[in-house]
Amino acid sequence: MTLRVFRLLVWIVALAIAGLTVVTCQSSGADESVTSAVNQANQSAQEAAAAAQAAADAAQKAGASARDTTAVTVAEEAKLAAKDAATAAVAAASAAREASDAAKQVADSAMMIASTETMRGDPGSLVVYSGRSESLVGPIIEQFAEATGIDVQVKYGSTFEIAATLLEEGQNSPADVFFAQDPGGLGAVSELLSTLPGDVVLKVPEWARSPDGSWVGISGRARVIVYSTELVSDDELPTSVKDLTDPKWKGRIGWPPTNASFRTMVTAMRLMWGDDETRRWLLDMQANEPGIFPKNTPIVAAAGAGEVSVGLVNHYYLHRFIQEEGDDFAARNLFLKSGGPDSLVMVAGAGILDTSENRHNAETFMRFMLSKVAQQYFAGQTFEYPLVEGVKTHRLLPPIDTLNGPDIDLSQLSDLQGTDALLRETGVIP
Amino acid sequence: MSTLSNLAWSSGVSRPSAALVAPALLVGAAMALPLAYLIIRSFGASEEAWELLFRLRTAQILGRSALLVVVVVVGTLALGVPLAWLTSRTDLPMRRLLAVLTALPLVIPTYVGAFLIISALGPRGLVQDILEPLGVSRLPEIYGLPGAAGTLIFLSYPYVLLTARAALRRMDPSLDESARLLGHGPASAFFRLTLPQLRPAMSAGALLVALYAVSDFGAVSLMRYESFTWAIYQQYQGTFDRSVAAVLSLGLVSLAALVLLAESVARGNRRYYRPSSGSERSLTTQRLGRMRWPCAIFCWIVVLLALGLPVAVLAYWLINGISNGEPLLLLWQATRNAVTVSFFAAVVAALFAIPVAALSVRHPGYFATFVDKISHTGYALPGIVVALALVFFGSRVITPLYQTIWLLVFAYVVLFLPAALGAVRSSLVQISPRLEESARVLGKGQLRVMLSVTGPLMGPGLLMGGALVFLVTMKELPATLILGPLGFKTLATGVWSASSEAFFARAAAPALTLILSSSVPMAVLMLRERSR
Repeated sequence: MTLRVFRLLVWIVALAIAGLTVVTCQSSGADESVTSAVNQANQSAQEAAAAAQAAADAAQKAGASARDTTAVTVAEEAKLAAKDAATAAVAAASAAREASDAAKQVADSAMMIASTETMRGDPGSLVVYSGRSESLVGPIIEQFAEATGIDVQVKYGSTFEIAATLLEEGQNSPADVFFAQDPGGLGAVSELLSTLPGDVVLKVPEWARSPDGSWVGISGRARVIVYSTELVSDDELPTSVKDLTDPKWKGRIGWPPTNASFRTMVTAMRLMWGDDETRRWLLDMQANEPGIFPKNTPIVAAAGAGEVSVGLVNHYYLHRFIQEEGDDFAARNLFLKSGGPDSLVMVAGAGILDTSENRHNAETFMRFMLSKVAQQYFAGQTFEYPLVEGVKTHRLLPPIDTLNGPDIDLSQLSDLQGTDALLRETGVIP
Repeated sequence: MSTLSNLAWSSGVSRPSAALVAPALLVGAAMALPLAYLIIRSFGASEEAWELLFRLRTAQILGRSALLVVVVVVGTLALGVPLAWLTSRTDLPMRRLLAVLTALPLVIPTYVGAFLIISALGPRGLVQDILEPLGVSRLPEIYGLPGAAGTLIFLSYPYVLLTARAALRRMDPSLDESARLLGHGPASAFFRLTLPQLRPAMSAGALLVALYAVSDFGAVSLMRYESFTWAIYQQYQGTFDRSVAAVLSLGLVSLAALVLLAESVARGNRRYYRPSSGSERSLTTQRLGRMRWPCAIFCWIVVLLALGLPVAVLAYWLINGISNGEPLLLLWQATRNAVTVSFFAAVVAALFAIPVAALSVRHPGYFATFVDKISHTGYALPGIVVALALVFFGSRVITPLYQTIWLLVFAYVVLFLPAALGAVRSSLVQISPRLEESARVLGKGQLRVMLSVTGPLMGPGLLMGGALVFLVTMKELPATLILGPLGFKTLATGVWSASSEAFFARAAAPALTLILSSSVPMAVLMLRERSR
């Protein structure tokens, strides 16, 4: 009799704990951080399991003291019940986690609010050094600041300027986060970066992050050939950058040999083709006298104006030109899809500085940039590729899995010095 | 000890008081910071970096930079001196309007100017678009030296124009009268009298232009001319290697040293102050006669190309953007920020220029020369190098000032002091030391003389120097980005932010505001001239 009551009690306790967890979770969807909700769910599950264990122990003790067969059977039953209770608690915890996921999808920005403590007090501040221009990332950073109440201050510049600034500042840097246009910039300051939390790192595919977890890609950009629709007919289009060494392209090419993305592509060539073949390609290209541009934008402009026939650029600039000048802007992108370095997909990424004094907010920032809201922003507003699963690519772009990018990790492309030497040796740069 | 101190001052020159030496020394030390940074950074450079500096191709790029400097200097003198004379000493139609308009191209940043020139005059630019019905399918290529030099000439001739105009206005009219009495015609008087008198102003202006061409990145990169500064930037961009960039920057400093040497030779060391005892009189106006309208047309063509064309392209983008539904952003904050820091930079630079100029004009010698030359290093270096130097010292030594507008203003002064220095010095050269000596005889101390006699006479030079610094600070970009307080926005950063990502319609509004807001102080300056 007493044992039956005891069994009931164990059930009630376990269910109560599990129920409480779910309720806490649902309410936290609105006003608490999901991260802390997940923690609480885990904690409650552990508590439930511990309670069940205690119940089982108690039952065993009761059984042992009764020294009675029925008592032993009952004790056995109690043990089983306790185990059931533990399973139920775990199930409740996972239900809670699911609930939290749902909450995440419904109110993505609400999730960002860091924790109950910061919610109650001052959400604090965050200093972002952005190598990406304000016209690209300003709106989404503002959205982050509004959603979290964090006082976000941003220094904008070119990635190379910001990287050099960080290196000069060294330990005295006021920066918390470095948001860079390309992995090269992040690699240059990698010794100033700290390891990111596992859940942040695991959000992006392996090719798009640093193996030591010091930075992750936030959005993807593909290498393309931009071509003038006036000067290049469809049947004339190249199938690989190697086709551009044909003399028929002489004087018709534009490329940016100082641009970081271009150099990442050449580094990929060295990795995949070897130095000799890359050298030959560079020399053959040189023979075609390509126009040297400082960066991507003027190449796309030149292609649109019919000044160059083809240009080696990243994919997303074109869409902005079309947005500004209308559909009759006379250039389009050619995705080579060759599986070679000319189909490389690169990333703009971010990392947290080792010297950051606002680590918590910095991590929240990283999570936000990899949330659906932010990823949708990059897909829709900057025409880049989202890196997180479940976010749709812009309808004007071929999906990322059809690009047939080469099978290499971006972190393998860190030998910028070697590329610089090769570019110098072949006379691409003086 | 006495032999050592004698060495520092040329013989026959009075020794300056400590009240002059101390501030000059401080200014010199401040101006030497970028050089100190480069030396510290280059210690960390590998052997290869030094090999890179001494390679044949490096010499070739140095040669390309030198060629650019020569072409730009010749071009700006050919444009700036006649314009200065026409807008200050003649009966040119709409002279005052032209005086303002011809000075304005200085406010256009080269990275914007070059982009606008390409969009307008590129092989398939807007002008070709207009000429299309006439059967013009492609304009000749402008890339390379013609484009880079052309852009720099049209955007930097106001340096020559403004310093020459200031000198022309202070020139003693009695000289002109004597020449006319001796039977010289206007042309002959101009070439035999006015032009030689303009030598200090011309060489000061040409120096600013030359070092501007040395350190410019915007025009050379967009016009695809691989100059030395281009090579330095490509080190930062391509490999993120600061020590190689530092080693190359030291190479650039040596080119700048050559330019400075050429300038001291060109400037000469003659007397330019008025020999007559009379007080300053109003200037005579030269009648142009039959040449009046051709001269006016020449002026307007320059204004059209250097100012009208960029403004027209910007207006086209702005209207295009608005009609495509681009919101017209209000730029109060950015304008206020830009004007505030530029004003502070102008005042501080003018003040800093006084001791350096006074020393080099009144007490020439090794010390004066040293301070004067070292003051030009910041101006001759690419903006990013100076900015990083101040990041290095700022974030370590003067942490409380780091990323405040005060360090930013200081950076502007390091970058642009020579712009003020040239104008202040040319005005000082024209003040007779007899005046100062008289005041000394009457029992005033050196400092009092400076404040009560020389200072007021230097007024126009200080104002012009300050105005030049103001105008170039308005458009400054790399130091503003790197050293500005967090979230600090100016018109230049607004233009850069939008144009670097091809949002041209969005770049047009801040660019036009930049030109407009800079033209206000310019107009005030010109009106002040009129009232005198």
